[in-house]
Amino acid sequence: MKNGRADLSIVLSGEAGQGIQTLERLLMKMFKLSGRYVFSFSEFMSRIRGGNNSTEIRVSSERVGSFIERIDVFIPFGPGALARFHDRITGETVILGDPAFIEDRYRRGGYTVVEVPLSDIAKEIGGKTFLNLVVMGLFAGICGINGESARSQVRSYFSRAAAEVIEKNVGALAKGIEAGRSIARSWNIEIPPATSPDASMELLFNGAEIIALGGIAGGCNFVSSYPMSPSTDVLVNFAKYSEEFGIVVEQAEDEICAVNMAVASWYSGGRAMVTTSGGGFALMTEGLSLAGATESPLVIHVGQRPGPATGMPTRTEQGDLLFALFAGHGEFPRIVYAPGNYVQGFNLTRKAFYMADTYQVPVIILTDQYFLDSNCTVPGLAIDSPMSASSIVATDEGYRRFRVTESGISPRGIPGYGTGIVCLDSDEHDEAGYITEDFSVRVEQMNKRMRKLQSMGPDSIPPDLYGPVDYRCLVVSWGSTLSCILEAIKASGRSDTALLHFSQVHPLHEDTKKYLERARYTAIVENNYGSQFGTLIRMHAGREFNRKILKYNGMPFSVEELAAEFKKFT
Amino acid sequence: MSSVFDFEQPPDLAWCPGCGNYDIIKSVKAALDELDIPRERIVMVSGIGQAAKLPQYINASFFNGLHGRSLPAATAIKATNPELTVIVESGDGCTYGEGGNHFLAALRRNPDITNLVHDNMVYGLTKGQASPTSRRGFRTPVQITGVFLEPFNPVAVAVSMNASFVARAFSGDVEKTKEIIKHAIMHKGYSLVDILHPCVSFNKANNFSWYRNNTYYLDDNHDPSDKGAALERSLETDKLPLGVIYINSGNKTFEENLSAYKNSVIPLYVRKLDAEKLMRVIEARRY
Repeated sequence: MKNGRADLSIVLSGEAGQGIQTLERLLMKMFKLSGRYVFSFSEFMSRIRGGNNSTEIRVSSERVGSFIERIDVFIPFGPGALARFHDRITGETVILGDPAFIEDRYRRGGYTVVEVPLSDIAKEIGGKTFLNLVVMGLFAGICGINGESARSQVRSYFSRAAAEVIEKNVGALAKGIEAGRSIARSWNIEIPPATSPDASMELLFNGAEIIALGGIAGGCNFVSSYPMSPSTDVLVNFAKYSEEFGIVVEQAEDEICAVNMAVASWYSGGRAMVTTSGGGFALMTEGLSLAGATESPLVIHVGQRPGPATGMPTRTEQGDLLFALFAGHGEFPRIVYAPGNYVQGFNLTRKAFYMADTYQVPVIILTDQYFLDSNCTVPGLAIDSPMSASSIVATDEGYRRFRVTESGISPRGIPGYGTGIVCLDSDEHDEAGYITEDFSVRVEQMNKRMRKLQSMGPDSIPPDLYGPVDYRCLVVSWGSTLSCILEAIKASGRSDTALLHFSQVHPLHEDTKKYLERARYTAIVENNYGSQFGTLIRMHAGREFNRKILKYNGMPFSVEELAAEFKKFT
Repeated sequence: MSSVFDFEQPPDLAWCPGCGNYDIIKSVKAALDELDIPRERIVMVSGIGQAAKLPQYINASFFNGLHGRSLPAATAIKATNPELTVIVESGDGCTYGEGGNHFLAALRRNPDITNLVHDNMVYGLTKGQASPTSRRGFRTPVQITGVFLEPFNPVAVAVSMNASFVARAFSGDVEKTKEIIKHAIMHKGYSLVDILHPCVSFNKANNFSWYRNNTYYLDDNHDPSDKGAALERSLETDKLPLGVIYINSGNKTFEENLSAYKNSVIPLYVRKLDAEKLMRVIEARRY
C-alpha cells in the first residue's frame, strides 16, 4: 500500500498495564538509531489497569513533532482496542495484528487487514509478556532494520534481567523480524527512508525529562512536590537524579507544604522548584503570594490538564494561563513561560532559575499533558553556566534584606553566610525585614517590588515569528501547539501565513502589537474554551482576532484539523 | 538580664500586658545564650499569630511565613543548610490547627529542628475563638454553647508517632522552661515542646492559677526512653505532666536520609552544578 508520504504513523492501542509504554520506548529508540526522526504521543485513561491507552508513533525522514489524525499502521493489543479508533481507521490504514484482536467488521468493507498470530508467537517463546518484543521485531522486519542492532538494543534495555529472560526477549524479537520481513515482501507498506546520520545522532527525550533536566541545568537542587498527573514524572525524574546531582527531593504531604518548602529553601540558599498541575497549583497560591511578598525566587512548573476541579486527569488543555497570571492575592511581579518544543522546554526551565534568582520573583512554567507525555528528538542541548550561577551575597553586620534600590533588586543574603542576619516576613516589612504599618514604608517597598518589572525588560523573550516576514495572515499561539501549527501551515499550502509563537506569555513583549498590526487576517489557536491568550492580547495590545481556533475536548490539536482551519482563512 | 539576642533599640512588642509570651521569650533567649550557638547560625521560623511574632523580637535571622506553614519552611531551611540551628515558634492554632497536616508530617520526617508551640488553648490574635487544644465546654463568641470537639493532644500524638523528643513546659516557670528548651535544641531530631501559657485577654478559663493547679512536673522516676510509660503520661489530661516526656534517638534525621547528602554534607548554597556530568547524562540520550 503506497501512501506517497515520507512519514509513517503507527498507533499501538491496548489496556493499561500491557507494557505499551515499554514497546514505545523500544520502538522510538530503534527508529531513531536507524536514521529516522521520531515523535510519539501517549494518551491514557485515568486508571492503573484496563481501559484503553494508546501511543501514536511518527517515523519520518523529516523532523516531526506533532500529533496527526492519520494512522498508517494500527496494532491492536486486545479485543476492543480498534473500536475507540474507528473514526480514524480508513482503507489506507494497515490493521496489523493478532486475528483475535481484529473485529469481523474490519475484514469487510475495504479495510486493509494483515493478520499475524502475535499471541501464539509470544506464547511459544514463553508467554504474553513477550508480545511487545515480537511487535518490535515486526517493525524491524518491515522497515528492513539491521537485526543485530535491534538485538543489541534489546540486550541493553533488559540488561538488569536474568540471562534467560534476555535471551527469550531476543528470541521474541527474532520471531517478529521473521514475520515482519514476510509482511514487507507481500504488503507494500511505504517506509520513510533513513535520511542521514543526523537523525540517528539526535537526543531522544520525554517531555517530563526535559523539564527536569532543564531544571538541573538551571542549578536546581531542591524539589518539593505532591504527585499529580500529568506533572508527576517531572518529580520522578528529579528523584532519579537526586543522588547524582545532589538534589533534595521530597514528596510533600500536600502542595501547600511543597510551595512553602520551596520558598524557604531559596531563603536558606537552595534553588528550589515545585511541579504540579492546576488543582495543586490552586493550593499553592498563598505560597506564591508569599514569594511575591518576601521577594523570594521560586520556580513553579504547572503541567496543565482539563479542569475545572479534577477535570480530566490524564488529558491535555491550555486552560490555566489566566489562572497562572492572576493566582495569588495582592500585587507582585511574576514571569510566565510556556515552551513550544523540547529545546524551549529545556532552555526556559533553565532560564526560569536565572530569572527567579536575578529578579527575586516567582517564575511559572506552563506545559501540558501533550507536552509532558510525548517523546521527541532534538539536535542538541547546551548548558549555559550563568543560568545556574547563584546571586547570593555574603551579609555584613548592617545587612538589610529589602534595601531600596533603583532597580528594585536588593542584594540577596542567606542565613549562615556572612556576619549579618537575614530577616524575612510575610507581613509588609521595612528594609531590614521587620513588620511595619508605616504607610510610606509600605509604598516604598511596594514600588521597589514592582520596579523589578521594568528592570527585567532586557531579559524578556520576544515572540518568535515563523514563516514569511511579509505575511498576510498571522496565526498566534503559545506553548505546546508550536510544532503542530507549523506542520499544519505547511500542509495547508498557504504561503501567505506566518506563525507568531509566544514562549514568554507574561510579561507580554512590547513587539506584540507591531506584529499584529502588520497582518490583514489574524487567528489565534488555543487548547482551551475561552481563548485566554486572546484575552491577554486584548488587554495589552487592544487587538481582537478575526478567528479563534479553540479545542477543549481533552485532546491536542491534530495537524489535519488545523490545516483545514487555515485553508479557510480569507 | 541582657542577652546577645537583645536589640540596641528595644522593639515595640505587640503582646498584651501580662501575656505568657513575655516569659517564653525570656526562656528562649536564656537558652540560646547559655548554649552559645553563633548568632548568625540561628534561624527562627514562625507562622502567623501572636506567638509567631516572637522571632521579630529576637536579634537573629528569621523566616516569618504563612499561617500554619512554619514546619514545612523550617524543614526545608534545615534540609537546605544542615549547619543552621532552626527553631520554630508558633501557636497552637498555627501548629495544630491550620498546620495540622504538617505537624503529622514533621513527626514522620524527623528533621533536626526544635518546635516550640505556644499553647494557650485559644485563638488570641483573632480575638478569642476555640483552638484545637481548647478544653470541652470552653465558651467563645463562635463556640457559643461551649467547645464540644475532642481536644487535640499533641503530646500523645507525638509519642505514639515515635517522635524524637517530646516535652511539655509551662511559661510561668522561666528557669525550668529554659532547661527544657535547651535540651530540645541540643537533641538531634525533631523536638516538640508544647509550652502551656495563659492568654490574659481571651482565655479566662485556663489562666495562670489554672495551669499551676492542673500541671505537675515529672520526677526522676520517669524514664523518657520508656515508650509505654511516656504514652501513659502523655494521655493524662486531668493534671498535665510537665518535663521531658519521651526521647527516641533511634531514627535517622530527615537530612541524614536525603540522597542529596549521601556523597557530601556541605550545604546546598556552597555547591556548584557539575556541568560536565549533566552533559554526559544528556549526551547519553543519543544512544
